[in-house]
Formats: sequence, structure tokens, C-alpha cells
Amino acid sequence: MIKFGSKLSLIIQGSAFLLFCLLLVSGYQAVASNEKLQQPTGKEQSDIQIPPPPLSEGIFPCTECHADIEINNERRELEDFHDDIVLKHDEENRWCMDCHDTNNRDMLHTASGELISFTESYKLCGQCHGPKLRDWEKGIHGRRTGEWNRRKEYLLCAHCHDPHSPRYKKMKPEPAPKKPGKIK
Amino acid sequence: MSLRKFVYSPAKLNRRTFLKAAALTSSAAAFSACVSKETREAFLQKDFRSLSKDEIAEVLKRLEAQYTQKYGKSFSVSAKDPIPDTFFGYALDISRCIGCRKCVYACVEENNQSRDPQIHYIQVLEMEKEKGVDFMHADMYYDHEEVPHEGHFYLPVACQQCKNPPCVKGCPVGATWTEPDGIVVVDYDWCIGCRTCMAACPYDARQFNWGKPYLPAENANPDTHFLGNRPRDKGVVEKCTFCIQRVREGRYPACVEICPVGARKFGNLLDKDSEIRYILENKRVLILKEELNTQPKFYYFYGT
Repeated sequence: MIKFGSKLSLIIQGSAFLLFCLLLVSGYQAVASNEKLQQPTGKEQSDIQIPPPPLSEGIFPCTECHADIEINNERRELEDFHDDIVLKHDEENRWCMDCHDTNNRDMLHTASGELISFTESYKLCGQCHGPKLRDWEKGIHGRRTGEWNRRKEYLLCAHCHDPHSPRYKKMKPEPAPKKPGKIK
Repeated sequence: MSLRKFVYSPAKLNRRTFLKAAALTSSAAAFSACVSKETREAFLQKDFRSLSKDEIAEVLKRLEAQYTQKYGKSFSVSAKDPIPDTFFGYALDISRCIGCRKCVYACVEENNQSRDPQIHYIQVLEMEKEKGVDFMHADMYYDHEEVPHEGHFYLPVACQQCKNPPCVKGCPVGATWTEPDGIVVVDYDWCIGCRTCMAACPYDARQFNWGKPYLPAENANPDTHFLGNRPRDKGVVEKCTFCIQRVREGRYPACVEICPVGARKFGNLLDKDSEIRYILENKRVLILKEELNTQPKFYYFYGT
């Protein structure tokens, strides 16, 4: 009897735990789908400002040129235009059209085919770099300017990382401090 | 022994007390007659924490006039109180910092440090990845064409804004203390320049004006705070104040805004939604010289 009772309680506990897990997961999904990126710390949406994407001057809208160009979906090395872009971002497995949309050149697209504007490019980056996107939303990854208690300015991933070659570039440091010496 | 001996009593006016009083009166008269009103007020100025609201207002007015005249542009000196319910904390991502020293010079421009002799609040230490955080093998005078240098990482050190600050305990005259929002400040007019605080600080965060500070007028930042970036004199100690003149207005410190890699994070430790709280709760955090029990409010973390 005792044995049976302990089994029963085990089953009850187990099912309660399962139910709890299910609730947690569904709750998390609901939260995740409702969460707006513009509200990373639960503040007012107007508190977060993101500057426009750092597109090269005169290059946007892309359709201005691409509307008249025949679509060529063949993976190849570009020669006539955009030949300055050297892809160093998992280049063995990917090429232009994995992020840029073939049919709508003014947009990007995710792996699922959802169109994304250049102003929301972080959604695209976040597909692979999930933990970084999460940190960025929380204000941990990337530079923040403005006010620590109110309005903050965020930057897009592309403001610091060239999407085609994302490793942060080395730079010349500011001069070293003077060694202690004779003080006037 | 009775205390009566030390109590002044007119009935006991003898030759000694008469001479003392006479000397005091005459020197006071000479002091009032020979020096300007401003010098006299500056000389008699009490320490900041003893000043009443009205006295503070007078002091600020005098300082503003003095700086405006000296630098040829309009200065404002504020004594803005702490924002209620704030306790500042700072976090620096060691895995992000590339050692570019932009923070060092942004700090100098914001805080009116002397350009010559050179005073920096932030020392960027270059360390070898193989050795980890090791002060014995750190170099702050590194000079490379490009940073980050192969096999090295960078650890910028400035005031750690300790909750248990040895510098404050060391000061013999009470010229340095912790404000209610957690910022350790210095009253430059009350500091006697004994440098006990510097000897007490385990982070080498305090700097002394050994020479007459040289601050070119065109580089002077005229938006100042009494306990922060107002111009200093020779012979006083100064230090990082989390840019008190900025953070009490709600702005980020200058080093946070300049950091090109976003390694510097600042916020209110009492706000559970703040960036700083998220870091403390979710990241690997390192405290410098934790064993000394200084309890810094400056945290290093690994963002990756």
C-alpha cells in the first residue's frame, strides 16, 4: 500500500511538473511574440531611438538600378558593380541572396522568407546571433548614448559591424600617457 | 583638574590673554584691509558639507565669476543634489575593450584636467591573455600601430567608487566623502594636499596636482559641478566622479558615450530594470582586488 501510494504521488507530482513546464513554455512564447524590440527594458517606446541604417551614400533605393537588371540567381563573383564588397561572413556557405531579397531589392529577408527593412536589420542578424541580439535588446551589447534613466540612443548592428565583414576593425590607439618626469 | 582653567572669563584678563586678543584683532583688521573681498571669502570658506543653502549659492556665484574671468567664457558651477533613489554603478566589458584610449581623452576634455602636467583619471592597462588579470605584468604605456594587440587584452582602471572607500577613511580633514548617490567626491577647497588618500587607494585612482594645472581656455568645459569638473588648483587631489555634472542631469558619463565598442555600461543599481542590474544578475562579473573588501561599485564583466 505504501509502495502504491508513493507511486501515485510520484505520478501526480510528475504530471504537475509537466503541466507547469508546459505553462512556462507557452507563457514564454506569448511574452516573446508580444515583446517589442524597441522596449528592451520595459520603458516607453519613445525612450529608445535608433538612427537610420548606415547605407553608403546614393546606394539606396536599390531598385533604382536593379529594376532594370535581369535577375541572375547564380552564385558568382561580382565584376561590374559591388565588386568592392568582399564577403568575409561565413562566405563558404552563404552569398548575397541569403540576406538580400531577390524580388524586392530594397528589403532584406530572414531564412523563413519574411521581408525585413534595412532599419530592422537586427532581426536578420539575430537569426544566428541570438544571444548577442538578446544582449543588445537589454542594452548590454553595443554602445548607448543619451540618458541613463530616460531617452537612450541605440545603434544597429551594422553601425559598428560591416555586415559583409563583421569582425570589429582594429584602430590606432590614442597616445600613451606621459611617463612621470620633471614637473614644471 | 578643573575645566575652569580653559573657560574664557573676562574677570581673569591678564597680560597673556590681553596680548593674544590684541594680536588677533590687529591681524584680523590687517587681513580685512589688505586683501580683496573675494580672497577673504575664499579663505574663510567652510567645507562643502557645512555650508548652508545660501552660503553655497554665494560660493557658486563667486566661483562662476572667478572662472569666467580667468577663462574668458561664461562658466556655470552647479551644486545639484543627488537624484532621489539612485545609487550609481558601472560595468566594463573586458571581452569588448580594445584599448583605444578614447575614454581617457574624452574624460580629460569633459573634466577639465590639467593638460600639462598631464592628469588622466583612466589608466588603460594592457595585459597578456596568457597571464590573465595580472597587475605585475600590466603595461599602461603601450604604443602600438593598431589595437587590440595580438595576444593581449585591456583593463581600463579608474576610481572604483568603493562602498567601503579607504581613501575617505584616510583623509585627515574630511575633504573627501561618499555622496548619497554613491559617488566619492573631493572638496578641492578643503583638501590640504597631504595625499594620504592616494596612499590608501589600492587602484591608483587618485591624481595629485603636483604642478600648476594648465588648462587652455579653448579646451575648458564651462558646464561644471562644485564636486566635479570645476577647474582645480595646484596642490589638491582629484579623481573620477562618474562625471557628476552629467549623471545628476540624467546623462551618461563621457567615457560611456565615447567608447566605440560599447564596453562601458552605467546605471542605477536600485533600478531593477537597469542595464547594470542585468549585467550583475546574468554575466560573469569580476571585482578588482576583491580581497581588500573595498566593495567597489565598478564591476568588470565578460559579455561573451
